[in-house]
Amino acid sequence: MANYTIPEENYYTKDHEWASVDENMCTVGVTEYAQDSLGEVVYVELPETGQKVTQGEPFGVVESVKAVSDLVSPVSGTVVEVNEGVMEDPGVINDDAMNEGWLVRIEMDSEKELANLMRAPDYRKLIGGK
Amino acid sequence: MKFTPLKSEHEAAHAKMVEFAGWFMPVEYFGIRAEHMHVREKVGLFDVSHMGEIRVRGEHALETLQWLTTNDVLKLTNGAAQYSLLPNERGGVVDDIIVYCIEANRDYLVCVNAANAAKDWAWFQANNRGAELKNESAEWGQIAVQGPRAVELVNRLFQGAAKVQPFHFTPVHFDGALCFAARTGYTGEDGFEIFVPTRQAVGLWRKLLNVGSDLEARPIGLGARDTLRTEMKYSLYGQEIDDSTNPYAAGLGWVVKPDAKDFVGKTTMLEARAKGLSEKLVGFKMIDKGIPRHDYRVLAVDSSPIGRVTSGTVSPSLNENIGIAYVQAEYAKAGSEFMIDIRGRGAKAKVVETPFVTTALTKKRDVK
Repeated sequence: MANYTIPEENYYTKDHEWASVDENMCTVGVTEYAQDSLGEVVYVELPETGQKVTQGEPFGVVESVKAVSDLVSPVSGTVVEVNEGVMEDPGVINDDAMNEGWLVRIEMDSEKELANLMRAPDYRKLIGGK
Repeated sequence: MKFTPLKSEHEAAHAKMVEFAGWFMPVEYFGIRAEHMHVREKVGLFDVSHMGEIRVRGEHALETLQWLTTNDVLKLTNGAAQYSLLPNERGGVVDDIIVYCIEANRDYLVCVNAANAAKDWAWFQANNRGAELKNESAEWGQIAVQGPRAVELVNRLFQGAAKVQPFHFTPVHFDGALCFAARTGYTGEDGFEIFVPTRQAVGLWRKLLNVGSDLEARPIGLGARDTLRTEMKYSLYGQEIDDSTNPYAAGLGWVVKPDAKDFVGKTTMLEARAKGLSEKLVGFKMIDKGIPRHDYRVLAVDSSPIGRVTSGTVSPSLNENIGIAYVQAEYAKAGSEFMIDIRGRGAKAKVVETPFVTTALTKKRDVK
């Protein structure tokens, strides 16, 4: 199995998004495992700033050459920033999914929702069998 | 899940493996777009061992194939091949196939889609007109060598192969086994599809890579095979054509020869055509952002539905988003504009001439 970077401080969804939380701000991207499974990302569709998103609901899509995948929001809240860079050059998601390839920043409605997400050891377990 | 004889080769090369039509197949070796361009510019090897092979022999072989297929098998001389369809009684398509004539009147090899191999085999048996049928799918591996350098590569291994004309094939020997090298393909590039007995498949695969190393021969996955065929607007069974497709609507009238012979479902197929086919298969390019995908709706400017997308992708050669769709006949002319319903957003697209991409092969002639 490939060696994926799975930072301990992040939260993870079963749909392979990562969430990095700083107070009530949550930065969201897809995991290295996700970008590797997708193959080359050729198109990203993201919400506009100001849009509301809901935990567990799709907020955008990433498309590889072959397939379309929903992006599922790890938290509920309001989109306050969108990474324009990945929309122009979606390949950034393949090159650096955990940093430069971030997708949106969400102002969270409630930090309590974080309890519904996975931490690194559980996420590692989730993808470990694959 | 079924495995091709080349499974271990793919795994050793760290290909990304997926299930396709019940087979464990390499979808990607080093990136679909890079693989795609490698085939357009150099040469690639595809494991297409999942394809099915049905042998049709005996004194009723020709009669059976004439009845079961739409193209005129009588035209085939020894060593010639023909793209064709298996029609059903409703004038639809059981499968699209290639018929290889080993010995006219008596011995043919029919190459069928992996996804349809079981269905086709049952269909052949149910509609046989006295031929000796044999399902040889498990006996054959198949390696496609495609790209501008493909003919040189195959000719190094099998001297004289370069003389084989498009849609012809020749028997060749590898490691003591009889193989068939056919000048056919599914990429729009020149090249060969080599039928090789299962036991010799690994040896041939390695030999081709080895002999072709200075030509930069590389293994290519099914992902690029799909984008390559989409750029040529070649049909993929299950997307452009299925059991209910009228071949004329799919632009496949050129392989239907009703004047030459009788075949399954002929009357129904021709009646539907005479009534006027409401839909036509077209190639289109996106004007607005977005990638068209299978089953997306095609809408007129007033948002009324006028068709459906059968295939779509980002074209690696053009770096544009392209698609294939059935649309109402009045929208089928090149230059016609319509919208693709991309997840609720109407994205503008326009009909273009196909193939989307011109290759050395398409410049010479129009072939599948």
